[in-house]
Amino acid sequence: MIRELTVLSGKGGTGKTSITAALGSFAKNAIFTDCDVDAADLHLLFNPDILETHAFEGGTKAEIDPDACIGCGICQDACRFDAIKRTDHGWFEIDSLHCEGCRLCERLCPESAIFSIRSMNNQWFVSDTRFGPLVHARMGPGEENSGKLVTTVREKAREIARSKNYNIIINDGPPGIGCPVIASLAGIHKILLVAESSESGYHDLLRIIELISKYDVDIFGIINKFDVNAGISERIVSILQSNNIKITGKIPFDKKFVEAMVQGKTISEYAPGSAIVKVIRNTWEMISS
Amino acid sequence: MSFKITVASGKGGTGKTTVATNLYWSLVKNFDNDTLLVDCDVEEPDDLLFFKNAILRSEVKVTQAVPEINTSKCTYCRKCVEYCEYNAITVIPPVQYASIAPDLCHSCGACLYACQDDALIEKDHEIGLMSGYDVGFGKGLLEGRLKIGSAAQTPVIRRVKKEALDAASVILFDAPPGTSCSVVTSVLDADFVIMVTEPTPFGLHDLKIAVELIREMDLPFGVVINKAGLGDRAVYDYLEDEGIDILEEIPFNEEYARKFSEGMILSRIDKNYAIHYQKIIRKILEFKQQ
Repeated sequence: MIRELTVLSGKGGTGKTSITAALGSFAKNAIFTDCDVDAADLHLLFNPDILETHAFEGGTKAEIDPDACIGCGICQDACRFDAIKRTDHGWFEIDSLHCEGCRLCERLCPESAIFSIRSMNNQWFVSDTRFGPLVHARMGPGEENSGKLVTTVREKAREIARSKNYNIIINDGPPGIGCPVIASLAGIHKILLVAESSESGYHDLLRIIELISKYDVDIFGIINKFDVNAGISERIVSILQSNNIKITGKIPFDKKFVEAMVQGKTISEYAPGSAIVKVIRNTWEMISS
Repeated sequence: MSFKITVASGKGGTGKTTVATNLYWSLVKNFDNDTLLVDCDVEEPDDLLFFKNAILRSEVKVTQAVPEINTSKCTYCRKCVEYCEYNAITVIPPVQYASIAPDLCHSCGACLYACQDDALIEKDHEIGLMSGYDVGFGKGLLEGRLKIGSAAQTPVIRRVKKEALDAASVILFDAPPGTSCSVVTSVLDADFVIMVTEPTPFGLHDLKIAVELIREMDLPFGVVINKAGLGDRAVYDYLEDEGIDILEEIPFNEEYARKFSEGMILSRIDKNYAIHYQKIIRKILEFKQQ
């Protein structure tokens, strides 16, 4: 049976991607996805050979044909996103940054002057890497539907896992608790939370724990940069324990993570004998057992 | 008209919240007491953690109007399903099933136009909380907080921004990380955007996408390099090649990191640190006067 692990943090910048990548050295027969589709960074450490490139249909945006518009204003009255503005000439135009692509204006326009254009500004890729296959994406700036793009990436990873007998899928999750995070949680078996010893890290950890508490999954926690604030680390330990989250280890703040990143390596490759890498190996052993 | 500054970043954890809260203090102290801070990072609103003496002044539930289907009137014609662009409506005529998923609904109102049977009624659905705080200086903090489990970040941000409209002469918005729709909504009408990055490969990669977005939106912006001294020079090379202004560099310092971890506004305490923010304000004012 294929197992799925998603790495999450709530707060951004806690070390999610660096730790996901570092697990790559220990995970055998694994396939990876980058679910942080609007700021995808895993490929910077995995240096993928892209095998397949696919377009992903984004949302639609309305446009008004200025020659057909009679300036009746029905569209503007109906639009709930304040996306339709009257021009100096008395006709109407769409403010595409406000438009959410509901197409109501298009359906109501008596002159059929409004049409929709679907964005094709998103791509997703299937790649080969030294750690196994990677399914990742590049979302166009400002695009909607990031949750759907996450779902697309994950479905492709499952398909590959099934057809080529990979037994674990490791998803590098997005920060936050919103739609792409919810999309990266569907149908998974295990979660690794990457916590950070700061007030923000603690606060955001509480929010992500509350979100995932309704999923019936095994949850693990690793504390990164634990020595930046030992007092907060202790609070993190107790909150993880009281939620039955298995703690896999603590990692000190170490510039080696950045040095490894600059060289395009994982910490497991850059500093194989270090104490940090022992913690990561232990994390993998706990998660995979 | 308010002068609106938005603090954004592609990558998370670059120091957006640190910059926003310290800049708020510096703006109040050095420029205009009538400054409001608005936390638009509704998934993880952390600005409040930096104000130990904050007093809650107002709290409003943020709701979204989500239609419900009255199955005694519904004729299962499925026209609403056809009108819904977000796949939020399920109608299965043979078993007389009709329902709307609040998490997928964008409250566009299209289904209300579709329904010929008067079977849809909009009901308020809670998606978050909007809170106003006195923080002891300046106009205070207005915070949006997404309800856990809701996927409606953008409507919460929109609601908070509506509340902030013209509420102070300077309004400082703290945007969420990334480059998706919630960032667009946060940044939308800014007079100036501060992009916070760190000089690492991840910082650079995510900065490039964020710059692409801000340029597409045609907004003036400058970059603050936080944690300077870590990583490499690639961010500097990129900014130089692109002709992008560096507003200020803030060095990485383990002592600073510890103080921020506790939620301290360091520019209140440390003169050397405060100077970075005075420089940022000076640069933004130069831009404003142009």
